[in-house]
Amino acid sequence: MSVNPILLAVLVLGLTGAVFAVVLYIVAQKFKVVEDPLIDEVAEVLPGANCGGCGKAGCRAMAEAFVKQGNMEGLKCPAGGEEVARKVAALLGCAAEASEPQVAVVRCGGSCDKAVAKNHYDGLQDCAFASSMYAGESGCTFGCLGLGSCVKACQFDAIAVNPETGIAQVDENKCVACGACVKACPRGVIELRNKGPKGHRVYVACNNKEKGAVARKSCSSACIGCGKCEKTCPFGAIKLENNLAYIDYKVCKMCRKCVAECPSGCIEATNFPPLPPKKEPAAAPAAAAQPVKAEEPKA
Amino acid sequence: MKTFAMGGVHPEENKISTHAAIEQFPLPKQVVVLMNQHLGAPATPVVAKGDKVKVGQLIGEAQAFMCANVHSPVSGTVNKIDVCKDPFGLPKPAVYIDVEGDEWMETIDRTPDIKRECDLTPQEIVAKLKAMGIVGLGGATFPAHIKYSVPEGKKAEYLIINAVECEPYLTSDHRVMLEHAEEICIGISILRKALGVPNAYVGIENNKPEPIRVMTEMAKKFEGIIVEPLKMKYPQGAEKQLINAITGRKVPSGKLPIDVGCVVSNVGTTFAVYEAIQKNKPLIENILTVTGKMLAANQQHNYQVRIGISYADIVRHAIGELPATTGKVISGGPMMGKAMSNLDGPTVKGASSVLIMDESEATRATEGNCIRCGKCMHACPMGLEPYLFSSLVRNGRYEEAGDNHILDCIECGCCLFSCPANKPLTDEIRLGKNKLRAIMAAKKK
Repeated sequence: MSVNPILLAVLVLGLTGAVFAVVLYIVAQKFKVVEDPLIDEVAEVLPGANCGGCGKAGCRAMAEAFVKQGNMEGLKCPAGGEEVARKVAALLGCAAEASEPQVAVVRCGGSCDKAVAKNHYDGLQDCAFASSMYAGESGCTFGCLGLGSCVKACQFDAIAVNPETGIAQVDENKCVACGACVKACPRGVIELRNKGPKGHRVYVACNNKEKGAVARKSCSSACIGCGKCEKTCPFGAIKLENNLAYIDYKVCKMCRKCVAECPSGCIEATNFPPLPPKKEPAAAPAAAAQPVKAEEPKA
Repeated sequence: MKTFAMGGVHPEENKISTHAAIEQFPLPKQVVVLMNQHLGAPATPVVAKGDKVKVGQLIGEAQAFMCANVHSPVSGTVNKIDVCKDPFGLPKPAVYIDVEGDEWMETIDRTPDIKRECDLTPQEIVAKLKAMGIVGLGGATFPAHIKYSVPEGKKAEYLIINAVECEPYLTSDHRVMLEHAEEICIGISILRKALGVPNAYVGIENNKPEPIRVMTEMAKKFEGIIVEPLKMKYPQGAEKQLINAITGRKVPSGKLPIDVGCVVSNVGTTFAVYEAIQKNKPLIENILTVTGKMLAANQQHNYQVRIGISYADIVRHAIGELPATTGKVISGGPMMGKAMSNLDGPTVKGASSVLIMDESEATRATEGNCIRCGKCMHACPMGLEPYLFSSLVRNGRYEEAGDNHILDCIECGCCLFSCPANKPLTDEIRLGKNKLRAIMAAKKK
């Protein structure tokens, strides 16, 4: 008896297919991974840059964290900003956490003319290495070395070393405040601060914790820890610690009184229109102002 | 003639200050004594502002395990206890002393007679080394009392005296051997006794025929001191390479010389040991070479310098103003030394030289691309692959560099010296080692 070979082939293949289909179905049921489809949707909305600014391994891990938590409390995608936050909130069905946009700030004002180079460095062009070897070209052990380790760390092309000043400079339009540069800087010069209304920020552009006289030797715009700004500030936003003033951006009302008061001019005010004549400092509650005591800088 | 087996390079010798006899450096107005002049934790100051101190008085006490005592190198009044910027601009705790006269502690024997007999027990010798603040003067400034306390279960078989001085330019060991051969041999005998080893081997490279002759003559008068002339090759003065050259043994990765039964001591240290044990003189002085190709023959010096004198004072006294074409002033030799950025910084126990280089000699050549020629591998005395570390470190793969034994690197600079593309290989390896150590420390926590 002979069977039609075409029929046989169809039969064998059909049967084999059916057997495999059953096996695959059983396996698929047995080892099913239940994944919230929401994760995919959230991951879709996130920028996908995997910058690590949120502290997670990448955007997918962040999406998982969002969905697992069910709300946005304590989780923030710095690269995505408010727009992404809104979209994620819509997907999760919760309120978007109101968060102030932040930006990286380089706390050093030791430009080439102020922190004059006393030697020339020709070793490996890496901040961490230079910092481990010696103080730097100006002799300041706290300031920006200008060798660009932060530039290499930035994935958004938002930071560059200005050839004129020799200091790292942040492009605030590109900066997403992921914090990669903060980690890359061996001297802790860079800090994340609130971007401020209209980009208005007031900060101490110095990181030098040495005594005034020592700090002054290496840089003319170093914070000498005189405390004038601390006394001037009507809001108590400025604290002096280890010979270095620090302005708390959460408290600062940006009256800019400290800017005018600083003897070494190391308090930086960004994106403000030019100051009106000195007699009328920018809008500030005059009643809260304390009398300014002139104080000798600490030696 | 013996030498070490693997790698090595032949930099230009430039031993141009061998003719200059050791001179006593005059006392300055003020000295700044750093509290961490040794490997390990800084010493704790035991004097206060306004205290009168004498030469050789204890001013910094070793309170941690890895630490060494610090003594006053001058007599005078403590001006302040503050931080001082070292020659590299980094702040260090220090004691400032205003110099008044030159009054020594009564216990110190300042007579020129040579004291030959030593009846101390090994334990007493080690205790005295600790009290006198002796550290290794070969560069690493390892506290001597730790080196000579052999841990239990290990046994020292060889005492090796490092008189190789393989770094170009340096001549301080050369001069010490010529002028203080007998004291050195007594120092070696004391160390031999402390360790209980039958023989001490003095390794000297054959570019120093005069010290070889003097030391061989002197060693004949002593028991168990053997002078070993060695074939010149850099870095023969590195501990592990010298052990290999003299004994043929290899110190395994991550182990110490004592694990292969060896203890290595610098020849300068043996002189300091003699003075400490026989003359009760703490480590307050060292021999410093002032040299450089651009200096005239009468500007080359070998000084006996009290610690804490600023480099600026030394340069001013030795040559006057720095020449206008000075490129770098280096502390140490050209291979492993570091360029100083702050000449106002003070000298320390381990300081060996002030090397003045002109711009053309000091400037690094422009960096090119790695052409995979493998010269760095052939030059590496530790058998490592510097080109590999370079790319791993550049890409932040520090742990992978660790798997390839980056921590075995002795930072001798042979790879950088031999690289035809002038890549800063040693710099990159140092960076990688620092990063890897930080990672390992974070993991431990």
